[in-house]
Amino acid sequence: MDPYAALIQPFVEFEFMRRALVACLALSLGCGPVGVLLVLRRMSLVGDALSHAVLPGAAIGFIIAGLSLVVMSFGGFIAGLAVAVLSGLVARVTPQREDASFAAFYLISLALGVLIVSTRGSNVDLMHVLFGTILAVDDASLQLVVSIATLTLVILAVIGRGLIIECFDPGFLRAVGGPGAALHFAFLMLVVMNLVAGFHALGTLMAVGLMMLPAAAARFWAGQVATLAATSSAIAFAAGYAGLLLSYHASLPSGPAIILIAGGIYIVSVAAGPRGSLRTRFLPRRHLEA
Amino acid sequence: MGAGVAAMTVVFSLSDVTLGYDRHPAVHHLTGSFLAGSLTAVVGPNGSGKSTLLKGLIGLLSPLDGRLERNGLHRRDIAYLPQQAEIDRSFPISVMETVLLGHWRKIGLFRPVTRTLRRQAEEALVAVGLDGFGRRPIASLSAGQFQRVLFARMLLQDCPVVLLDEPFTAIDAKTTADLLAVVTRWHGERRTVIAVLHDLDQVRENFPDTLLISREPIAWGSTAEVLRAEHLFQARQMAEAWDDRAEICRRSVV
Repeated sequence: MDPYAALIQPFVEFEFMRRALVACLALSLGCGPVGVLLVLRRMSLVGDALSHAVLPGAAIGFIIAGLSLVVMSFGGFIAGLAVAVLSGLVARVTPQREDASFAAFYLISLALGVLIVSTRGSNVDLMHVLFGTILAVDDASLQLVVSIATLTLVILAVIGRGLIIECFDPGFLRAVGGPGAALHFAFLMLVVMNLVAGFHALGTLMAVGLMMLPAAAARFWAGQVATLAATSSAIAFAAGYAGLLLSYHASLPSGPAIILIAGGIYIVSVAAGPRGSLRTRFLPRRHLEA
Repeated sequence: MGAGVAAMTVVFSLSDVTLGYDRHPAVHHLTGSFLAGSLTAVVGPNGSGKSTLLKGLIGLLSPLDGRLERNGLHRRDIAYLPQQAEIDRSFPISVMETVLLGHWRKIGLFRPVTRTLRRQAEEALVAVGLDGFGRRPIASLSAGQFQRVLFARMLLQDCPVVLLDEPFTAIDAKTTADLLAVVTRWHGERRTVIAVLHDLDQVRENFPDTLLISREPIAWGSTAEVLRAEHLFQARQMAEAWDDRAEICRRSVV
């Protein structure tokens, strides 16, 4: 197979491949920086928890309105936000740490979700919600995903400085009277929004993968918040592109293919990236003069 | 703190202030005031409530009892260096960006960093002996260099009141001397500086006033007067007691 046929032709030939690629690009732009901030805040697993928390909302939305994109997204958004706000409140008002309160609330939410799904377990459409349908992205889904990416980038541009300070030195922000709690909740809202965008394409189970794997991999390539975010978005998009091709040529499900490619990039980064990777540790270059 | 100082401005006035956690007092019935432009050391054994006092002064902790007045000071007017800053020192941020946070009052969340502000940040770095370190990531700094960065940030904060919680712990002699010079400069600029310290010689040499506490206030006044042997002995006698079944304190009720 010549390179054109392997790498470009599927997108030229099929509209669903082009739509999927655009959806991947939009997801990458939003998830890249959000994932980097999650990693920097040591909240990597919170993304995972929130992605599970979205489930009952989406399922209830499905039961109320059938396979309606808007209702399911809204339901997922509300469920994710409820878990984020409740865990955040418990962590701020009581001495319990946020990781524990997050675990508690997302498990409640997940159990509720599984309960609802199991009553409709045979429904194929609902399975699409869980495992994603990036090869069947319609206009409405595409508009939603692109809108969320745009909104995410605009919000990040506006509150980026605050998020970075809140993450780097929360005590300073408190001491100067900055709006730490408001920033934290705004950020959690961004996480939930992007997970909702991801679940259309990749399913609730895989959405968090495109957020965390590129962000975790970027750490081995870049050393500033801005370059980390750009690297993360680039890795996410590369994974999306390669994953779509893999699923097309090998007839594999697209969601897991994309996430596995992102996982492969992560492992290569850990092994051979220029910053703090296994290579720099075990095969160091000669030391400098000063 | 006597009657003769009535004409001077008071920055913090405390009357019978008790500060603590879960109703257990860490600072018990403290009365007195910090005057504008004073340079005060707060000394006492570990667990004697020194850090708690600073948290109370800045307002991170509300008094359990008594009255603490800040006389119109806003949170933004107080620069505060906590003992163990919750700073993530592996965070990918440069020295310059960290120092620029000191301009918070001028830039806040949204306003731009102008060239003047950036030049002032460079000057602050020179003042703490870190000329040319601006582009270095903070992860590459030693503990002493990082403390210098935090002092540079406080220089930019340009606050009338500066609170330092054990600023020289685990810092080498050269860095301590340089940073003490910054403290002296603040004092010369008539700023109010309150520092929690352990090195009594350092206190005697550099701090005109001292507050000695051991949960209960022991002495407060001129350093020579406060750091006398009998006071220090008294401070050592006070236990670091946390009594789960402590009775309700009756002193403020009478």
